[in-house]
Amino acid sequence: MKRRLAPALLLAALIGAWQLAAETGALASVLGLEDFLVPSPAEIAEALWQNRELLAENAWVTLREIVLGFAIAAVVGVGFAIALHLSETLRYATYPLIVASQTIPIIVIAPIVVVWFGFGIVPKLAIVALICFFPITVAALDGLRAADPEAIKLMRTLEGSRGQIFRRVEAPGALPSTFSGAKIAIAIAPIGAVFGEWVGASSGLGHQILQDSAQLEVARQFAAVAVLSAMAMILFGLIALAERRVVSWR
Amino acid sequence: MRQDTKMLSARRLNHFYGELPTISSLDLDLGAGDVLGVVGPSGCGKSTLLELICGLREPTGGSLEVGGSASAAGRMDRCAYMPQRDLLLPWLSALDNASLALRNRGLSKREARRRAAELFGRFGLDGFERSRPAELSGGMRQRVAFLRTLVSEKPLLALDEPFASLDAITRAEMQSWLARALDADPRTVVLVTHDVEEALFLSDRVVVLSTRPARVVDELTSPAPRAPDRDAAVTDARFVAARERAMHALRGAGSGEPAGALR
Repeated sequence: MKRRLAPALLLAALIGAWQLAAETGALASVLGLEDFLVPSPAEIAEALWQNRELLAENAWVTLREIVLGFAIAAVVGVGFAIALHLSETLRYATYPLIVASQTIPIIVIAPIVVVWFGFGIVPKLAIVALICFFPITVAALDGLRAADPEAIKLMRTLEGSRGQIFRRVEAPGALPSTFSGAKIAIAIAPIGAVFGEWVGASSGLGHQILQDSAQLEVARQFAAVAVLSAMAMILFGLIALAERRVVSWR
Repeated sequence: MRQDTKMLSARRLNHFYGELPTISSLDLDLGAGDVLGVVGPSGCGKSTLLELICGLREPTGGSLEVGGSASAAGRMDRCAYMPQRDLLLPWLSALDNASLALRNRGLSKREARRRAAELFGRFGLDGFERSRPAELSGGMRQRVAFLRTLVSEKPLLALDEPFASLDAITRAEMQSWLARALDADPRTVVLVTHDVEEALFLSDRVVVLSTRPARVVDELTSPAPRAPDRDAAVTDARFVAARERAMHALRGAGSGEPAGALR
Protein backbone atom coordinates (compact mmCIF):
# COMPACT_ATOMS: atom_id res chain seq x y z
CA MET A 1 0.00 0.00 0.00
CA LYS A 2 2.79 2.38 0.99
CA ARG A 3 4.59 1.55 -2.24
CA ARG A 4 1.68 2.71 -4.36
CA LEU A 5 0.38 5.50 -2.16
CA ALA A 6 3.67 7.33 -1.62
CA PRO A 7 4.49 8.06 -5.29
CA ALA A 8 0.84 8.90 -6.01
CA LEU A 9 0.76 11.42 -3.17
CA LEU A 10 4.07 12.96 -4.23
CA LEU A 11 2.89 13.28 -7.83
CA ALA A 12 -0.40 14.85 -6.70
CA ALA A 13 1.49 17.30 -4.49
CA LEU A 14 3.83 18.28 -7.34
CA ILE A 15 0.95 18.79 -9.78
CA GLY A 16 -0.94 20.74 -7.13
CA ALA A 17 2.02 23.02 -6.49
CA TRP A 18 2.53 23.52 -10.22
CA GLN A 19 -1.17 24.31 -10.67
CA LEU A 20 -1.03 26.91 -7.93
CA ALA A 21 2.21 28.46 -9.19
CA ALA A 22 1.01 28.63 -12.81
CA GLU A 23 -2.52 29.86 -12.03
CA THR A 24 -1.36 32.74 -9.85
CA GLY A 25 1.24 33.71 -12.46
CA ALA A 26 4.00 33.22 -9.90
CA LEU A 27 5.85 30.66 -12.02
CA ALA A 28 5.72 32.86 -15.13
CA SER A 29 7.00 35.92 -13.29
CA VAL A 30 9.83 33.93 -11.67
CA LEU A 31 10.82 32.67 -15.12
CA GLY A 32 10.28 36.14 -16.59
CA LEU A 33 7.82 34.80 -19.17
CA GLU A 34 4.40 35.70 -20.51
CA ASP A 35 1.58 33.86 -18.69
CA PHE A 36 0.47 31.90 -21.78
CA LEU A 37 3.91 30.32 -22.12
CA VAL A 38 3.57 28.63 -18.69
CA PRO A 39 0.46 26.42 -18.84
CA SER A 40 -1.03 24.96 -15.67
CA PRO A 41 -1.75 21.22 -15.41
CA ALA A 42 -5.45 22.01 -15.87
CA GLU A 43 -4.73 23.85 -19.13
CA ILE A 44 -2.55 20.95 -20.32
CA ALA A 45 -5.36 18.51 -19.52
CA GLU A 46 -7.74 20.71 -21.46
CA ALA A 47 -5.37 20.80 -24.45
CA LEU A 48 -5.05 17.03 -24.19
CA TRP A 49 -8.81 16.63 -24.40
CA GLN A 50 -9.42 19.19 -27.13
CA ASN A 51 -6.64 17.83 -29.34
CA ARG A 52 -7.34 14.19 -28.59
CA GLU A 53 -7.80 13.18 -32.22
CA LEU A 54 -4.64 14.91 -33.42
CA LEU A 55 -2.68 13.52 -30.47
CA ALA A 56 -4.01 9.98 -31.00
CA GLU A 57 -3.12 10.12 -34.68
CA ASN A 58 0.42 11.25 -33.98
CA ALA A 59 0.80 8.90 -31.03
CA TRP A 60 -0.12 5.98 -33.26
CA VAL A 61 2.64 6.95 -35.73
CA THR A 62 5.25 7.23 -32.96
CA LEU A 63 4.05 4.06 -31.20
CA ARG A 64 4.52 2.09 -34.42
CA GLU A 65 8.04 3.46 -34.83
CA ILE A 66 8.94 2.57 -31.25
CA VAL A 67 7.43 -0.92 -31.20
CA LEU A 68 8.66 -2.01 -34.64
CA GLY A 69 12.11 -0.48 -34.12
CA PHE A 70 12.39 -2.18 -30.73
CA ALA A 71 11.24 -5.51 -32.20
CA ILE A 72 13.92 -5.30 -34.92
CA ALA A 73 16.55 -4.49 -32.29
CA ALA A 74 15.35 -7.37 -30.07
CA VAL A 75 15.57 -9.95 -32.86
CA VAL A 76 18.87 -8.71 -34.28
CA GLY A 77 20.36 -7.98 -30.84
CA VAL A 78 19.56 -11.40 -29.35
CA GLY A 79 20.69 -13.10 -32.55
CA PHE A 80 23.90 -11.15 -32.47
CA ALA A 81 24.48 -11.92 -28.80
CA ILE A 82 24.06 -15.65 -29.49
CA ALA A 83 26.48 -15.50 -32.42
CA LEU A 84 29.04 -13.58 -30.35
CA HIS A 85 28.61 -16.05 -27.50
CA LEU A 86 29.15 -19.09 -29.70
CA SER A 87 32.07 -17.69 -31.69
CA GLU A 88 35.01 -16.32 -29.75
CA THR A 89 36.60 -15.03 -32.98
CA LEU A 90 33.49 -13.08 -33.87
CA ARG A 91 33.31 -11.71 -30.34
CA TYR A 92 36.89 -10.49 -30.32
CA ALA A 93 36.49 -9.01 -33.78
CA THR A 94 33.18 -7.17 -33.42
CA TYR A 95 32.66 -6.36 -29.74
CA PRO A 96 34.99 -3.31 -29.70
CA LEU A 97 33.27 -2.04 -32.85
CA ILE A 98 29.82 -2.42 -31.27
CA VAL A 99 30.97 -0.46 -28.23
CA ALA A 100 32.65 2.18 -30.42
CA SER A 101 29.47 2.59 -32.46
CA GLN A 102 27.71 3.69 -29.29
CA THR A 103 30.09 6.58 -28.75
CA ILE A 104 28.68 8.35 -31.81
CA PRO A 105 25.65 10.35 -30.63
CA ILE A 106 22.39 9.30 -32.23
CA ILE A 107 21.66 12.99 -33.03
CA VAL A 108 24.61 12.90 -35.41
CA ILE A 109 23.57 9.64 -37.02
CA ALA A 110 19.90 10.55 -37.45
CA PRO A 111 20.35 13.10 -40.31
CA ILE A 112 22.55 10.64 -42.22
CA VAL A 113 19.95 7.90 -41.86
CA VAL A 114 17.29 10.27 -43.19
CA VAL A 115 19.48 11.18 -46.17
CA TRP A 116 19.82 7.48 -46.91
CA PHE A 117 16.30 6.25 -46.26
CA GLY A 118 14.10 9.29 -46.92
CA PHE A 119 11.21 10.62 -44.88
CA GLY A 120 9.06 7.50 -44.41
CA ILE A 121 8.95 5.14 -41.45
CA VAL A 122 12.18 3.33 -42.43
CA PRO A 123 14.70 5.89 -41.08
CA LYS A 124 12.75 6.11 -37.79
CA LEU A 125 12.82 2.32 -37.43
CA ALA A 126 16.54 2.35 -38.18
CA ILE A 127 17.22 5.01 -35.55
CA VAL A 128 15.05 3.34 -32.86
CA ALA A 129 16.63 -0.03 -33.65
CA LEU A 130 20.13 1.48 -33.47
CA ILE A 131 19.44 2.97 -30.06
CA CYS A 132 17.82 -0.25 -28.69
CA PHE A 133 20.31 -2.66 -30.20
CA PHE A 134 23.17 -1.90 -27.83
CA PRO A 135 21.57 -2.52 -24.40
CA ILE A 136 19.81 -5.66 -25.66
CA THR A 137 22.94 -7.16 -27.23
CA VAL A 138 25.21 -6.37 -24.29
CA ALA A 139 22.72 -7.62 -21.68
CA ALA A 140 21.93 -10.83 -23.59
CA LEU A 141 25.61 -11.55 -24.18
CA ASP A 142 26.46 -10.92 -20.52
CA GLY A 143 23.61 -13.23 -19.51
CA LEU A 144 24.83 -16.01 -21.79
CA ARG A 145 28.39 -15.66 -20.56
CA ALA A 146 27.31 -15.66 -16.90
CA ALA A 147 26.27 -19.33 -17.04
CA ASP A 148 27.77 -21.29 -14.14
CA PRO A 149 30.78 -23.21 -15.52
CA GLU A 150 30.09 -25.93 -12.95
CA ALA A 151 26.57 -26.41 -14.32
CA ILE A 152 28.01 -26.69 -17.84
CA LYS A 153 30.52 -29.26 -16.61
CA LEU A 154 27.70 -31.21 -15.00
CA MET A 155 25.67 -31.08 -18.22
CA ARG A 156 28.64 -32.56 -20.08
CA THR A 157 28.69 -35.52 -17.68
CA LEU A 158 24.94 -35.85 -18.28
CA GLU A 159 25.71 -36.32 -21.97
CA GLY A 160 24.65 -32.81 -22.94
CA SER A 161 25.75 -31.72 -26.42
CA ARG A 162 26.81 -28.12 -27.13
CA GLY A 163 23.32 -27.37 -28.43
CA GLN A 164 21.62 -28.97 -25.42
CA ILE A 165 23.86 -27.06 -23.02
CA PHE A 166 22.89 -23.86 -24.81
CA ARG A 167 19.16 -24.68 -24.83
CA ARG A 168 18.82 -26.03 -21.30
CA VAL A 169 21.42 -24.06 -19.32
CA GLU A 170 22.77 -20.97 -21.05
CA ALA A 171 19.67 -19.62 -22.80
CA PRO A 172 17.26 -19.81 -19.84
CA GLY A 173 19.95 -18.43 -17.55
CA ALA A 174 20.40 -15.43 -19.86
CA LEU A 175 16.71 -14.49 -19.80
CA PRO A 176 16.69 -12.26 -16.67
CA SER A 177 19.62 -10.23 -17.95
CA THR A 178 18.15 -10.01 -21.46
CA PHE A 179 14.91 -8.66 -20.03
CA SER A 180 16.87 -6.00 -18.13
CA GLY A 181 18.45 -4.95 -21.42
CA ALA A 182 15.05 -4.89 -23.09
CA LYS A 183 13.64 -2.68 -20.32
CA ILE A 184 16.48 -0.18 -20.75
CA ALA A 185 15.99 -0.30 -24.52
CA ILE A 186 12.25 0.36 -24.42
CA ALA A 187 12.76 3.25 -22.01
CA ILE A 188 15.16 5.01 -24.41
CA ALA A 189 13.39 3.97 -27.62
CA PRO A 190 11.16 7.11 -27.63
CA ILE A 191 14.33 9.24 -27.81
CA GLY A 192 15.19 7.54 -31.08
CA ALA A 193 11.68 7.95 -32.46
CA VAL A 194 11.54 11.65 -31.56
CA PHE A 195 14.98 12.37 -33.07
CA GLY A 196 13.95 10.51 -36.20
CA GLU A 197 10.88 12.70 -36.49
CA TRP A 198 12.78 15.90 -35.75
CA VAL A 199 15.17 15.27 -38.59
CA GLY A 200 12.40 14.77 -41.09
CA ALA A 201 8.77 13.79 -40.67
CA SER A 202 5.26 15.01 -41.40
CA SER A 203 3.58 13.22 -38.46
CA GLY A 204 4.29 11.72 -35.07
CA LEU A 205 4.49 13.15 -31.54
CA GLY A 206 8.06 14.37 -32.04
CA HIS A 207 7.01 16.22 -35.18
CA GLN A 208 4.03 17.73 -33.38
CA ILE A 209 6.14 18.85 -30.40
CA LEU A 210 8.46 20.66 -32.83
CA GLN A 211 5.55 22.36 -34.61
CA ASP A 212 3.83 23.37 -31.35
CA SER A 213 7.09 24.86 -30.22
CA ALA A 214 7.32 26.99 -33.36
CA GLN A 215 3.67 28.08 -32.98
CA LEU A 216 3.99 28.67 -29.21
CA GLU A 217 1.22 26.11 -28.57
CA VAL A 218 2.89 25.34 -25.25
CA ALA A 219 -0.08 23.60 -23.57
CA ARG A 220 -0.49 21.21 -26.52
CA GLN A 221 3.26 20.65 -26.54
CA PHE A 222 3.11 19.59 -22.89
CA ALA A 223 0.14 17.36 -23.70
CA ALA A 224 2.16 15.61 -26.43
CA VAL A 225 5.05 15.11 -24.01
CA ALA A 226 2.63 13.59 -21.48
CA VAL A 227 1.28 11.18 -24.11
CA LEU A 228 4.80 10.18 -25.16
CA SER A 229 5.83 9.57 -21.58
CA ALA A 230 2.67 7.57 -20.80
CA MET A 231 3.26 5.44 -23.88
CA ALA A 232 6.84 4.65 -22.84
CA MET A 233 5.72 3.76 -19.32
CA ILE A 234 3.03 1.41 -20.61
CA LEU A 235 5.52 -0.31 -22.93
CA PHE A 236 7.96 -0.65 -20.04
CA GLY A 237 5.19 -2.14 -17.91
CA LEU A 238 4.33 -4.66 -20.63
CA ILE A 239 7.93 -5.86 -20.81
CA ALA A 240 8.13 -6.10 -17.02
CA LEU A 241 4.92 -8.15 -17.12
CA ALA A 242 6.33 -10.46 -19.80
CA GLU A 243 9.47 -10.83 -17.70
CA ARG A 244 7.46 -11.90 -14.67
CA ARG A 245 5.69 -14.55 -16.73
CA VAL A 246 8.75 -15.87 -18.57
CA VAL A 247 11.26 -15.71 -15.71
CA SER A 248 8.83 -17.42 -13.38
CA TRP A 249 11.49 -19.05 -11.20
CA ARG A 250 12.59 -15.74 -9.71
CA MET B 1 40.88 -59.05 -8.21
CA ARG B 2 39.70 -60.31 -11.57
CA GLN B 3 40.11 -57.93 -14.46
CA ASP B 4 36.44 -57.95 -15.50
CA THR B 5 35.21 -56.84 -12.09
CA LYS B 6 37.63 -53.93 -11.85
CA MET B 7 35.77 -50.68 -12.30
CA LEU B 8 38.49 -48.14 -11.60
CA SER B 9 42.22 -48.35 -11.78
CA ALA B 10 44.78 -45.58 -11.42
CA ARG B 11 48.52 -46.20 -11.71
CA ARG B 12 51.10 -43.54 -10.88
CA LEU B 13 48.50 -40.94 -11.78
CA ASN B 14 49.84 -37.40 -12.09
CA HIS B 15 48.09 -34.13 -12.74
CA PHE B 16 49.33 -30.57 -13.00
CA TYR B 17 47.11 -27.56 -12.95
CA GLY B 18 49.28 -25.35 -15.11
CA GLU B 19 52.57 -25.35 -13.19
CA LEU B 20 50.92 -26.51 -9.98
CA PRO B 21 51.15 -30.24 -9.16
CA THR B 22 47.74 -31.37 -7.86
CA ILE B 23 48.06 -35.16 -7.90
CA SER B 24 51.29 -37.04 -7.53
CA SER B 25 51.89 -40.69 -8.36
CA LEU B 26 48.52 -41.85 -7.06
CA ASP B 27 47.42 -45.50 -7.14
CA LEU B 28 43.78 -46.51 -6.73
CA ASP B 29 41.75 -49.65 -7.35
CA LEU B 30 38.05 -50.19 -7.13
CA GLY B 31 36.09 -53.37 -7.82
CA ALA B 32 32.55 -53.41 -9.17
CA GLY B 33 30.00 -52.91 -6.38
CA ASP B 34 32.52 -51.36 -3.99
CA VAL B 35 32.12 -48.04 -2.26
CA LEU B 36 35.43 -46.20 -1.94
CA GLY B 37 35.74 -43.20 0.36
CA VAL B 38 38.39 -40.61 -0.45
CA VAL B 39 39.28 -38.20 2.35
CA GLY B 40 41.92 -35.52 2.42
CA PRO B 41 42.61 -32.01 3.66
CA SER B 42 40.80 -29.10 2.01
CA GLY B 43 42.25 -28.15 -1.35
CA CYS B 44 44.34 -31.32 -1.63
CA GLY B 45 43.05 -32.18 -5.08
CA LYS B 46 40.12 -34.45 -4.19
CA SER B 47 37.77 -32.69 -6.58
CA THR B 48 40.43 -32.72 -9.29
CA LEU B 49 40.75 -36.48 -8.81
CA LEU B 50 37.00 -36.90 -9.33
CA GLU B 51 37.06 -34.68 -12.41
CA LEU B 52 39.88 -36.81 -13.78
CA ILE B 53 37.90 -40.00 -13.11
CA CYS B 54 34.80 -38.52 -14.78
CA GLY B 55 36.70 -37.53 -17.90
CA LEU B 56 36.34 -33.80 -17.28
CA ARG B 57 40.14 -33.49 -17.16
CA GLU B 58 43.04 -35.37 -18.69
CA PRO B 59 45.86 -36.79 -16.53
CA THR B 60 49.29 -35.24 -17.04
CA GLY B 61 50.94 -38.61 -16.48
CA GLY B 62 50.32 -42.21 -15.43
CA SER B 63 47.30 -44.28 -16.36
CA LEU B 64 43.66 -44.01 -15.40
CA GLU B 65 40.97 -46.44 -16.51
CA VAL B 66 37.26 -46.56 -15.76
CA GLY B 67 35.52 -49.75 -16.77
CA GLY B 68 38.47 -50.57 -19.00
CA SER B 69 38.41 -47.27 -20.86
CA ALA B 70 41.34 -44.87 -20.64
CA SER B 71 40.00 -42.08 -22.88
CA ALA B 72 38.29 -39.04 -21.40
CA ALA B 73 35.16 -39.65 -23.47
CA GLY B 74 35.08 -43.30 -22.41
CA ARG B 75 35.44 -42.39 -18.75
CA MET B 76 32.70 -39.77 -19.06
CA ASP B 77 30.42 -42.41 -20.61
CA ARG B 78 30.89 -44.65 -17.57
CA CYS B 79 30.69 -42.07 -14.78
CA ALA B 80 27.73 -40.36 -13.19
CA TYR B 81 29.00 -37.23 -11.49
CA MET B 82 27.38 -35.54 -8.52
CA PRO B 83 29.04 -32.20 -7.83
CA GLN B 84 29.50 -30.49 -4.49
CA ARG B 85 26.69 -28.01 -5.05
CA ASP B 86 23.40 -29.50 -6.22
CA LEU B 87 23.46 -27.30 -9.37
CA LEU B 88 19.78 -27.92 -9.98
CA LEU B 89 18.56 -25.68 -12.78
CA PRO B 90 16.18 -23.17 -11.16
CA TRP B 91 13.92 -22.97 -14.24
CA LEU B 92 13.20 -26.70 -14.32
CA SER B 93 10.94 -28.72 -12.02
CA ALA B 94 12.49 -31.34 -9.73
CA LEU B 95 11.35 -34.03 -12.15
CA ASP B 96 12.81 -32.31 -15.22
CA ASN B 97 16.08 -31.72 -13.36
CA ALA B 98 16.24 -35.40 -12.43
CA SER B 99 15.57 -36.52 -15.99
CA LEU B 100 18.16 -34.23 -17.67
CA ALA B 101 20.43 -37.11 -18.68
CA LEU B 102 17.54 -38.92 -20.35
CA ARG B 103 16.45 -35.79 -22.19
CA ASN B 104 20.01 -35.18 -23.37
CA ARG B 105 20.05 -38.76 -24.60
CA GLY B 106 17.12 -37.90 -26.86
CA LEU B 107 14.19 -39.40 -24.96
CA SER B 108 10.87 -37.62 -25.25
CA LYS B 109 9.89 -35.36 -22.38
CA ARG B 110 7.09 -37.70 -21.41
CA GLU B 111 9.21 -40.87 -21.43
CA ALA B 112 12.08 -39.18 -19.55
CA ARG B 113 9.67 -37.91 -16.90
CA ARG B 114 7.99 -41.29 -16.58
CA ARG B 115 11.30 -43.04 -15.91
CA ALA B 116 12.55 -40.46 -13.43
CA ALA B 117 9.18 -40.34 -11.66
CA GLU B 118 9.49 -44.05 -10.82
CA LEU B 119 12.38 -43.18 -8.50
CA PHE B 120 10.72 -40.21 -6.79
CA GLY B 121 8.73 -42.33 -4.35
CA ARG B 122 11.74 -44.40 -3.41
CA PHE B 123 13.66 -41.23 -2.62
CA GLY B 124 11.01 -39.72 -0.37
CA LEU B 125 10.23 -37.08 -2.96
CA ASP B 126 6.65 -38.09 -3.71
CA GLY B 127 4.50 -35.10 -4.51
CA PHE B 128 7.44 -32.80 -5.24
CA GLU B 129 7.82 -33.75 -8.91
CA ARG B 130 6.58 -30.38 -10.12
CA SER B 131 8.28 -28.24 -7.48
CA ARG B 132 10.99 -25.83 -8.53
CA PRO B 133 14.36 -26.26 -6.74
CA ALA B 134 13.80 -23.01 -4.81
CA GLU B 135 10.76 -24.61 -3.17
CA LEU B 136 12.71 -27.60 -1.83
CA SER B 137 14.71 -27.97 1.39
CA GLY B 138 18.48 -28.48 1.26
CA GLY B 139 18.17 -32.22 1.91
CA MET B 140 15.52 -32.62 -0.79
CA ARG B 141 17.59 -30.72 -3.32
CA GLN B 142 20.51 -33.01 -2.57
CA ARG B 143 18.26 -36.05 -3.06
CA VAL B 144 17.04 -34.71 -6.41
CA ALA B 145 20.68 -34.16 -7.39
CA PHE B 146 21.50 -37.74 -6.39
CA LEU B 147 18.49 -39.00 -8.33
CA ARG B 148 19.69 -37.06 -11.39
CA THR B 149 23.00 -38.92 -11.00
CA LEU B 150 21.34 -42.34 -10.65
CA VAL B 151 18.89 -41.87 -13.53
CA SER B 152 21.74 -41.75 -16.03
CA GLU B 153 22.32 -45.45 -15.22
CA LYS B 154 26.06 -45.35 -15.52
CA PRO B 155 28.22 -48.00 -13.83
CA LEU B 156 30.30 -45.67 -11.59
CA LEU B 157 28.90 -43.00 -9.29
CA ALA B 158 31.35 -40.19 -8.55
CA LEU B 159 30.12 -38.14 -5.57
CA ASP B 160 31.95 -34.94 -4.66
CA GLU B 161 31.22 -33.88 -1.04
CA PRO B 162 27.52 -34.59 -1.63
CA PHE B 163 26.38 -33.40 1.80
CA ALA B 164 28.94 -30.70 2.58
CA SER B 165 26.44 -27.88 2.14
CA LEU B 166 23.90 -29.33 4.60
CA ASP B 167 23.50 -28.65 8.33
CA ALA B 168 24.79 -31.33 10.73
CA ILE B 169 21.42 -32.97 11.45
CA THR B 170 20.33 -33.10 7.82
CA ARG B 171 23.77 -34.38 6.86
CA ALA B 172 23.50 -37.31 9.32
CA GLU B 173 20.01 -38.10 8.00
CA MET B 174 21.19 -37.98 4.43
CA GLN B 175 24.11 -40.28 5.22
CA SER B 176 21.71 -42.89 6.66
CA TRP B 177 19.46 -42.37 3.68
CA LEU B 178 22.30 -42.86 1.17
CA ALA B 179 23.45 -45.97 3.08
CA ARG B 180 19.97 -47.49 2.73
CA ALA B 181 19.71 -46.43 -0.91
CA LEU B 182 23.06 -48.07 -1.73
CA ASP B 183 22.16 -51.28 0.10
CA ALA B 184 18.84 -51.51 -1.73
CA ASP B 185 20.46 -50.71 -5.08
CA PRO B 186 24.19 -51.56 -4.91
CA ARG B 187 26.41 -49.34 -7.04
CA THR B 188 30.08 -48.76 -7.54
CA VAL B 189 30.83 -45.47 -5.87
CA VAL B 190 33.74 -43.10 -5.38
CA LEU B 191 32.80 -40.81 -2.52
CA VAL B 192 35.00 -37.77 -2.01
CA THR B 193 34.60 -36.02 1.35
CA HIS B 194 36.59 -34.14 3.96
CA ASP B 195 34.49 -35.80 6.67
CA VAL B 196 36.27 -38.94 7.96
CA GLU B 197 33.18 -40.19 9.79
CA GLU B 198 31.03 -39.86 6.65
CA ALA B 199 33.61 -41.74 4.60
CA LEU B 200 33.96 -44.57 7.13
CA PHE B 201 30.22 -44.91 7.60
CA LEU B 202 29.33 -45.02 3.90
CA SER B 203 32.33 -46.77 2.31
CA ASP B 204 33.76 -50.26 2.29
CA ARG B 205 37.25 -48.84 2.01
CA VAL B 206 38.72 -45.39 2.71
CA VAL B 207 41.89 -43.88 1.31
CA VAL B 208 43.48 -40.87 3.00
CA LEU B 209 45.16 -38.35 0.72
CA SER B 210 48.02 -35.98 1.56
CA THR B 211 47.99 -32.23 1.03
CA ARG B 212 48.58 -31.05 -2.52
CA PRO B 213 49.93 -32.73 -4.55
CA ALA B 214 47.66 -35.57 -3.45
CA ARG B 215 49.01 -39.05 -2.92
CA VAL B 216 47.65 -41.93 -0.82
CA VAL B 217 49.06 -41.83 2.74
CA ASP B 218 46.85 -44.48 4.32
CA GLU B 219 44.15 -46.96 3.39
CA LEU B 220 41.58 -48.39 5.81
CA THR B 221 38.82 -50.95 5.71
CA SER B 222 35.63 -49.68 7.23
CA PRO B 223 34.55 -51.76 10.27
CA ALA B 224 30.80 -51.37 9.61
CA PRO B 225 30.00 -50.04 6.16
CA ARG B 226 26.44 -48.64 5.89
CA ALA B 227 25.37 -50.09 9.27
CA PRO B 228 21.59 -49.83 9.81
CA ASP B 229 21.98 -47.88 13.03
CA ARG B 230 24.28 -44.97 12.24
CA ASP B 231 24.44 -43.59 15.79
CA ALA B 232 25.43 -46.99 17.24
CA ALA B 233 27.89 -47.67 14.43
CA VAL B 234 29.86 -44.44 14.76
CA THR B 235 30.34 -44.90 18.53
CA ASP B 236 31.48 -48.53 18.21
CA ALA B 237 35.04 -49.03 19.48
CA ARG B 238 36.34 -50.38 16.16
CA PHE B 239 34.80 -47.45 14.29
CA VAL B 240 36.32 -44.97 16.72
CA ALA B 241 39.71 -46.64 16.35
CA ALA B 242 39.47 -46.48 12.55
CA ARG B 243 38.45 -42.82 12.74
CA GLU B 244 41.40 -42.03 15.02
CA ARG B 245 43.78 -43.74 12.63
CA ALA B 246 42.37 -41.84 9.66
CA MET B 247 42.51 -38.56 11.57
CA HIS B 248 46.11 -39.28 12.51
CA ALA B 249 46.97 -39.97 8.87
CA LEU B 250 45.20 -36.74 7.87
CA ARG B 251 47.08 -34.70 10.46
CA GLY B 252 50.36 -36.24 9.38
CA ALA B 253 49.44 -35.50 5.81
CA GLY B 254 48.64 -31.92 6.66
CA SER B 255 51.74 -31.09 8.71
CA GLY B 256 54.32 -32.93 6.64
CA GLU B 257 56.29 -31.52 3.79
CA PRO B 258 55.03 -28.24 2.35
CA ALA B 259 52.82 -28.49 -0.70
CA GLY B 260 54.79 -28.53 -3.90
CA ALA B 261 57.86 -30.15 -2.33
CA LEU B 262 56.95 -33.53 -3.77
CA ARG B 263 57.50 -32.60 -7.37
